[in-house]
Amino acid sequence: MTEEKITPQVFQRLVDLAALELDPKEAEYLRQELNNQLVSIEILESIPIDAEVEAAAHGVPYPPERSPAFRDDEALTDPHRADILAQAPELEDGYIVVPDIAQEELE
Amino acid sequence: MTYADTSAHEIADLVRSGKTSALEILESHLERVKAVDGRPGVLEPGPITAEDKEKVHAFITLTAETARARAKEIDQLVADGEDPGPLAGVPFTAKDIYTVKGVPSTAASKILSNYRAPYTATAVQRVIDAGGVLLGKVSLDEFTYGSSSESAAFKPAPRNPWDTSKVTGGSSGGSAAAVAVGAGALSLGTDTGGSIRHPASFCGTVGLKPTYGRVSRYGLIAFGSSLDCPGPLARNVTDAALLLQTMAGPDRHDNTAATVPVPNYLAELEKGVKGMRIGLSPDFFRVTYFDAETGELQERAIPEEIEAAIHSVAGYLAQQGADIVTDVPMPHTKYGIPTYFVISRVEASSNLLRFDGVKYGYRTQQSLADLREMYRHTRGEGFGEQPKLRILMGIYVSAAQFQKQYYQLALRARALMRQDFETIFDPAGDYKLDALLTPTVPSTAFPIGGVYGDTVLMQYSDQFTVTTNHAGIPGLSVPAGFDENNLPIGAQLLGPDFSEGRLLRIACAYERVTADEPWRAKRPPVVEKFG
Repeated sequence: MTEEKITPQVFQRLVDLAALELDPKEAEYLRQELNNQLVSIEILESIPIDAEVEAAAHGVPYPPERSPAFRDDEALTDPHRADILAQAPELEDGYIVVPDIAQEELE
Repeated sequence: MTYADTSAHEIADLVRSGKTSALEILESHLERVKAVDGRPGVLEPGPITAEDKEKVHAFITLTAETARARAKEIDQLVADGEDPGPLAGVPFTAKDIYTVKGVPSTAASKILSNYRAPYTATAVQRVIDAGGVLLGKVSLDEFTYGSSSESAAFKPAPRNPWDTSKVTGGSSGGSAAAVAVGAGALSLGTDTGGSIRHPASFCGTVGLKPTYGRVSRYGLIAFGSSLDCPGPLARNVTDAALLLQTMAGPDRHDNTAATVPVPNYLAELEKGVKGMRIGLSPDFFRVTYFDAETGELQERAIPEEIEAAIHSVAGYLAQQGADIVTDVPMPHTKYGIPTYFVISRVEASSNLLRFDGVKYGYRTQQSLADLREMYRHTRGEGFGEQPKLRILMGIYVSAAQFQKQYYQLALRARALMRQDFETIFDPAGDYKLDALLTPTVPSTAFPIGGVYGDTVLMQYSDQFTVTTNHAGIPGLSVPAGFDENNLPIGAQLLGPDFSEGRLLRIACAYERVTADEPWRAKRPPVVEKFG
């Protein structure tokens, strides 16, 4: 077994970026699974890939004849305003309510 | 046999001709759901009982009343001399990853458990407009993340109709199970790494992943935006063709929905396979899996019964006039899963950032004074383990210092997988194949709890389906018999971009020539017992 790359410190950094609150048991399971997956991913480094092979962000090509034209750039009012707002967990006078946005004093 | 066992195209004929009412057909399906499905999945199910373990649990939301209203509308149209459309009165289900206006759209996740979409996905709307009757929303792995449907936050999770101690496969497990038991003749699934074909194989149904861009993704709760494909599940090839016909085509709401004309798939079915070149590849008859002990890739043959079933399909196609081409090399197949571990995670972590407890969905009940704390607790409580893993891995492998090592490398490996397919389908190349015939999954359905928890092993179940998604090409899984434990085996047909008509045609030829085989008459034990 190779040395684990996602140490508890690296993991904590990922958790902060992901905006997740985890209990310790769950955190340890997730960290172990990430390390297992990462070892599997590292097989990629053994693939012989010629230098000229470029990255493919998607499989199927989109030549102009297969691609829809862009829509006109015009503003349209969405007909579902009330339905959309009704989904917000907390609403006041048509505004979505959230807790305070934390501010830090910059030095 | 009841109308719940009738095929979609026959139902549509009965309803359009006025021989049977859509309401009568619907009631037959609702009775079947009541008999075999058991209680629908919920967030707080309490203990899973012995009775739960005998039922299927395909549904999260049953929409019986709106379905009755819709069936009456269809019947009124017929009474007025109007044609309700090619799917007139056909009860269907949609994987709960499609939005449907006014109906919960949960993605089988706590974080969307209270979400009611303000709009309906294009593919679902097209089926409704063609006369379809939405029976309900069916279960899946949370956010589609899995190959067994066990990670649904709504429990009981779906169980395999052929043996309820086994998984349905996934992630469209509710779709495949529902179709298999006659809880809707059709279902709309989605396929990002095999999620239509895998459960279709495990549950003995037809499942088609169309070419990327063939069907609009508008209204899908996104997983991997460069990989996701909506597609049909059905009990026979004709019904799958009928559903794809309805779902496919350009859409002003999705700029990746290609402006390629939709052929008449039903007409394609009649053309047979004479003169077609169909390939078999040794790279799809062995599993290359990751050994955690050594950190190396190991090889293992697939079960003999599955290999024999695929060769039997090839034999029937040869008998119908196809040329079978053996030893077709697909050298990058074994890298499909490691590549997927990178690409799908990067795309998933990006797509999951939108769930924050602000605009819609679940928000933590804890009273927190700081917005960032609210985000952390909402996401920590709302997401299950599988979304959390994908978010964390996606962030890691796309980090500035690693992205060349992982993400860029995976995208280049993806190009090689696309090249493998382009080479074998090239009309001027060495192989000139019309299609490649493979097993859909390297196993039949595995026991519930047997693999779940080991996320690497689970992912390797998608080895034969995932390269299709990397390449963007279409793939079709069809029933090809049973193993010694009476579990279905699936055969997969792969073809070049937009060759769905051809794949359906080959599958239909096989279906017709095997129509009288004894295994075709089998019904899921859960239907025999309760239906």
